[in-house]
Amino acid sequence: MSSETKQILTTDGIPLEVSLKKAERKNKIKAFLLVAPLLFFLIITYVFPIGDMLFRSVDDKMVTQMLPKTFKAMETWDGQELPEEEVFAAFHEDFIKLVEDKREGKLSTQLNYTKNGFKSIIKKLRRKSKSFEEGNYKEQIMSVHKRWADVEYWRAIKRRAPEFTSQKYLKGMDMYVNEEGKIVSVEEDRRIHRVLWLRTLEIAFFVTVFCFLMAYPIAHLLATLPMKYSNLLMICVLLPFWTSLLVRTASWMILLQQQGIVNDFFVGIGLVSDDNRPEMMYNKTGSYVAMTQILLPFMVLPLYSVMKTISPSLMRAGKSLGGTPFVAFWKVYFPLTIPGIGAGCLLVFILAIGYYITPALVGGASGTLISNQIAFHMKSTLDWSFASAMGLMLLSGVLVIYWLYNKIVGIDNIKLG
Amino acid sequence: MSVNKEFVKFDKVDKSYDGKVLVVKDLQLDIAEGEFITMLGPSGSGKTTCLMMLAGFETPTNGEIYLDGNAISSIPPHKRGIGMVFQNYALFPHMTVYENLAFPLRVRKIPKDEADKKIDKALSMVSLQGFASRMPGQLSGGQQQRVAVARSLVFDPQLVLMDEPLGALDKNLRESMQYEIKHIHESIGVTVVYVTHDQSEALTMSNRIAVFNDGKVQQLSSPDELYEKPVNSFVAEFIGENNTFTGEVADISGQKCKVKLANAEIMANPISVKSKGERTKVSLRPERALINPKDKMDNIHNGKIEEVIYHGDHTRVRINLLGNPEFILKVPNSSANLDIKLGNEIKIGWNSEDARALDPK
Repeated sequence: MSSETKQILTTDGIPLEVSLKKAERKNKIKAFLLVAPLLFFLIITYVFPIGDMLFRSVDDKMVTQMLPKTFKAMETWDGQELPEEEVFAAFHEDFIKLVEDKREGKLSTQLNYTKNGFKSIIKKLRRKSKSFEEGNYKEQIMSVHKRWADVEYWRAIKRRAPEFTSQKYLKGMDMYVNEEGKIVSVEEDRRIHRVLWLRTLEIAFFVTVFCFLMAYPIAHLLATLPMKYSNLLMICVLLPFWTSLLVRTASWMILLQQQGIVNDFFVGIGLVSDDNRPEMMYNKTGSYVAMTQILLPFMVLPLYSVMKTISPSLMRAGKSLGGTPFVAFWKVYFPLTIPGIGAGCLLVFILAIGYYITPALVGGASGTLISNQIAFHMKSTLDWSFASAMGLMLLSGVLVIYWLYNKIVGIDNIKLG
Repeated sequence: MSVNKEFVKFDKVDKSYDGKVLVVKDLQLDIAEGEFITMLGPSGSGKTTCLMMLAGFETPTNGEIYLDGNAISSIPPHKRGIGMVFQNYALFPHMTVYENLAFPLRVRKIPKDEADKKIDKALSMVSLQGFASRMPGQLSGGQQQRVAVARSLVFDPQLVLMDEPLGALDKNLRESMQYEIKHIHESIGVTVVYVTHDQSEALTMSNRIAVFNDGKVQQLSSPDELYEKPVNSFVAEFIGENNTFTGEVADISGQKCKVKLANAEIMANPISVKSKGERTKVSLRPERALINPKDKMDNIHNGKIEEVIYHGDHTRVRINLLGNPEFILKVPNSSANLDIKLGNEIKIGWNSEDARALDPK
């Protein structure tokens, strides 16, 4: 079709397409210049850090660079028996260099991540290596400590040869690569991350459900009340937005603690006895209550914006055609609010899955989420690569949910306002 | 079979939203079975409120509404079995045309094959066969309107309410839809209560028209009577075009009265004036006044042509007559021999019978 149609020319004889592009170029440049600052800002504050995080979570160059000669010598080693003398010699050479730079401590920390027991034998090796004679390093090193004569420890060193590693991700799933190079789960009593992942999903799911149950009637009321009242109600919904997150969480602490207002009230009306006050914070309940309240506006607003567009005459039509109020609601009103429900649930779920301050303050031990674990590794153990790995796992989890949502409901169906 | 004259009965109905202002005042209205009645009035006159009370979306503050002899104030809308066409059609946007029409049948648990027959019938009534699987968003305004009408009729209600259903359509479409709705009404004999603020719509479609103003029915009568014989100056001015003279009754005797204007006297038909000295507004339809009348008429006066506007089938002439600079005449284009030119003095005459002396409001 297009090949048959004649090229359309403007009155001046220039092809129409060329002329149109020329006319629009200026506008395009203007539009780009307007968004350029934001674009650069996003690249600097968002794309770079995430890229860096991704890199950090798989980066394992440190050991590779500390023991370059050792790993070169190990290339031909099959890992069955103890390595040959040349490997020991190369290791000795690398090690002396590290001691000169005072970096052997870092090596011991890194190797200890891979296998427990490296710390002490590296310390011992440093002391003894000062009196090493030239030649026959295998014998000399093996005599420092019996673990140096254990092939397991040499295999552990070899496992650190690659520049990139997936071990942080495995650790996030409570798994590791064992001596035979197979991926296995850690012992049951040491699995902490899987529990946290499941709990994070569980809390995010229920917070979404609670938010939905509470927000739907509020949003409906907001959308149907006369302007005078709905404005006031809207302010009440938005008021938490204008209050600091920390203040809101702290006020929940005041309300929910065992000697707090809610408990006093329960005791006052005789619902519970004074010496049997329920624990409502520093556990899951605390996380549920506080997170639901804090995330509620994110559910109300998309629902409201969708409900606002639904003409009240639709419900009336449903009723006048013979539908009971419930049928009119369920068959007419509810299906029309699905885009808002989708948007609200997605928003609340994604926010809840990465929630941090509130669970840290009111969640206690049984109410903390995976993001608290990430923060713990960022601040306390300083294992940033592990924190990055878990952060990325969280991010990909969110993307999977987004993808699933798109498959099931369709992302075009979403309406945020 | 006698027709139920009081199929719908508004009995002393008052309605107030805020407890301060009455939107509907002491409404007394009987609607016969099979009738096409229109509630006509300016916006805020209470006509839509009346419709909503009948549909069950508003409750009367006082009084009672009867449908076929039964008081319905306490019956919820979905049990009244009244079809309704809304202002903006209120088609369910997430359902196809078929599903929209099936909705009232499904909630009534009508078997599918019977429902399909009814839907086919309703769609053919509004000539929309073959549109069953379309979504409302894929239809034009006129087609959506037809679907809304079909949906309100598909479950065979005895009463259908229409709330300014043609308001969103353009002029040509509106006119053709008017005839279509009128024909549907004639062919199935359903009772229709129709609300509009468009007087031409009311005049073409209805058996009777109730003119609303200020919460009250000003006049309830057939279209021709409403136009020819308005009972007060509001109706006279609201329906059609109207020339008025304000003055004082100088003399009254039987079917005639003399009205004294600022600097002239005219003869009129006393409708709502009773005695000498009363203030009055005399209303005269433009087409009742003639230029250079050949017959003998009891009002003949001279006026000066101020403006001539060509309207295709007729020409509107604005004349300064007896101190009224807004006096309008409609001259059919066949009478082209008349000397209608700007600034000319012409003779204008009318019968006192057509000049109705109404209340001075």
